[in-house]
Amino acid sequence: MLEAIRQALFEEMERDPAVVLLGEDVGVYGGAFKVTAGLLERFGWERVIDTPISETAIVGAAVGMSYLGLRPVAEMQFIDFIACCFNQLTNFVAKSHYRWGAPVPMVVRGPSGGGVHGGPFHSANPEMYFVHTPGLKVVYPSTAYDAKGLLKSAIRDNNPVLFFEHKFLYRRVKEELPSGDYTVPLGKAVVRREGRDLTMVSYAAMMHTSMEAAEVLAKEGIEAEVIDLRTLLPLDRETLLASVKKTNKILVVHEDTRTGGIAGEIAALVCEGAFEDLDGPVLRVTSLDTPVPYSPPLEERFLPDVQRVAAAARDLARY
Amino acid sequence: MPVDVLMPQMGESIFEGTITKWLKKPGDKVERDEPLFEISTDKVDAEIPAPSAGVLKEIKVAEGQTVPIQTVVAVIDAAGAAAATAPAAAPARTEAPQAAAPPTPPPAPSAAPATAAQASQRVAVAPASAPVAAAGAPAMPRRDGQRIHSSPLVRRLAREHNIDLAELRGTGAGGRISKKDILAAIAAGGSRPAAPPPAPTFAPPAVAPAPAPPAVPAAVPGAPGTVVHVTLENAVPRERIYFGRYEVQPMTVMRQRIAEHMVVSKRVSPHVYSVDEVDMTRIVQLRDRTKNEFEKRFDTKLTFTPFFVRACVEGLRAFPTVNASADGTNVVLHKEINVGIAVALDWGLIVPVIKSADEKNFLGLQRAINDLAERARSKKLKPEEVQEGTFAITNPGVFGGLMGLPVINQPNVAILGLGAIQKRPVVIEDAIAIRSMLYITMSYDHRVVDGAVSHQFLQKVKKALENWSENIL
Repeated sequence: MLEAIRQALFEEMERDPAVVLLGEDVGVYGGAFKVTAGLLERFGWERVIDTPISETAIVGAAVGMSYLGLRPVAEMQFIDFIACCFNQLTNFVAKSHYRWGAPVPMVVRGPSGGGVHGGPFHSANPEMYFVHTPGLKVVYPSTAYDAKGLLKSAIRDNNPVLFFEHKFLYRRVKEELPSGDYTVPLGKAVVRREGRDLTMVSYAAMMHTSMEAAEVLAKEGIEAEVIDLRTLLPLDRETLLASVKKTNKILVVHEDTRTGGIAGEIAALVCEGAFEDLDGPVLRVTSLDTPVPYSPPLEERFLPDVQRVAAAARDLARY
Repeated sequence: MPVDVLMPQMGESIFEGTITKWLKKPGDKVERDEPLFEISTDKVDAEIPAPSAGVLKEIKVAEGQTVPIQTVVAVIDAAGAAAATAPAAAPARTEAPQAAAPPTPPPAPSAAPATAAQASQRVAVAPASAPVAAAGAPAMPRRDGQRIHSSPLVRRLAREHNIDLAELRGTGAGGRISKKDILAAIAAGGSRPAAPPPAPTFAPPAVAPAPAPPAVPAAVPGAPGTVVHVTLENAVPRERIYFGRYEVQPMTVMRQRIAEHMVVSKRVSPHVYSVDEVDMTRIVQLRDRTKNEFEKRFDTKLTFTPFFVRACVEGLRAFPTVNASADGTNVVLHKEINVGIAVALDWGLIVPVIKSADEKNFLGLQRAINDLAERARSKKLKPEEVQEGTFAITNPGVFGGLMGLPVINQPNVAILGLGAIQKRPVVIEDAIAIRSMLYITMSYDHRVVDGAVSHQFLQKVKKALENWSENIL
């Protein structure tokens, strides 16, 4: 997936000279995960900018750049550090077009998620702070194909887009990508697996966990439909409701912590839009409500795994 | 090997039960003591555990049906020779809140299913076993029209196809009607009018149970005593009862049971009455002095009842024939001292039992009394809590009367009645003093208890009360 992201950046910077990169170590070092390796050499220091260690400065500068006609892609070295520029993102990036008629066509991207023994400051899933912020778009792909196509769409979108890259998937998800230019539209979920007994909704690393669980369940005669959200804001209501109308049961799986995770939002949406199609409660499997543990066995217990997902799906299917 | 699951007897005067919900369906694995089905009787609602481990083979009595006690309601295919000894934890049920495990009677009764020939069925609950929901757990909806467990989808489909959900048997979790069930019903019959034609596969909606004549528990073969068959008789021809303006009120099932019990008790036990009076001044003063501190410290109300129970326990220890039952020509002397406390309810009367009252301290007695009374009024007593009493106390004085002459609570041989505590002038050492006095009466079964014993018993109780010296704080 990492290579797919790098390709997207490369191709967009080739296509549009307004696209610039900025962030900590993105230039000379090539990025903490080597996502931006080679780009400085290709496009020069005016378009690949190594910044001081200040996320506020990174995002603030990106806002200024967008006002002047550039299309910046700002990197958070670890998405956890996005907390440092919360004010810039929520009060300037998100409200600029609404308040001053000044669009901010920028992308903020970075490695997020856990499962790599990164501890509480390098494993966060902070997407919901920004799903809660009107004016932003939030994208979180699970496959290499989607990562490339969605990042291109994000860069081309005139709205500010937060692009989360699950670091666990960086080197574990690989596929043969089509040559040539392609994009994946923002705001559309996709049905990864068709089923009739229940719907599992997920995104990022948990999408793969859900697919594995679906295989386990299939052996027991339970056919799960698996939906990959891909974009968290705006949520693809239509795809979700259509699936609930079909299977009548829905289970949300996310790596984000339980309270305030997107499962609650989805449950409310489903009640509003498809209550009379529900043959069971909306259930969720999520991480525990704690900071991400550093200790490997604790982190394992913290994260949802195939067993827990399959057990919840089983209970729901049999309800 | 097949094991019969029987409708248990929830109380001494309860002779039938209604199945409100099957918690398992045929084909399900059950563990011994795992909750298997729920019943409702006029005294208690209860969850009934499976008598053995195995697979539920067949359900013979559907939800909503009322059957006599001892009726075989289901059959379990028990695995192997005997049921497992250690009851496994029941699977977590997310719907109902789980109450704490109930207190067990000291010798844990065997969990083997009683044969139909036994007069009383023991419903066992293993000590450290699977969670048992409180009797009458409010979270479980009844199937008698109050609430039918389904889902929004099922209700919509039922509405669209004009199907009455009360007719359907549910195969979803906890017996709810699932999408599968409603789709099957639609496929089977299509849209139908709301009035349900009777169909053998559907459980009939349970209405208020029609009064059925109570089942006669079979006589124990070879035992000396027999059971009295009860029907309520009239003393005069019917025409003499109906005249002028009147309103007919059918008896509730509980009322019928009470009526039958009273008739039988009077018929079987020759009632004789002893009366004595007790100077309660000491206790009244003690209670006034310590009431607030007691309630503050122990968070439970301080009443007079534990004093009486204590005093009775002394009497029962001294006179074991008062703590007995009659079985034909045998006198059964109970080693347990289980004191029943009569509780008046809006809809009748019930006698919850304090088990091993002789082994509880004052605070334990008070707590047990308050707890049982409260749960009696909210219909949350467990079946074992209205069984196995060996003596009873009733308090007609609470409603003002000087004294009452109660009917013995079968199969006890005596019952103590307490009058109102009133200040009266009494003679003490040739002087007149104003004291708080109480009349105690004892109704006793003259087959087993003689006057001498009865009066001596009362004297013991009186002395225990008048000379109360225990510190209750």
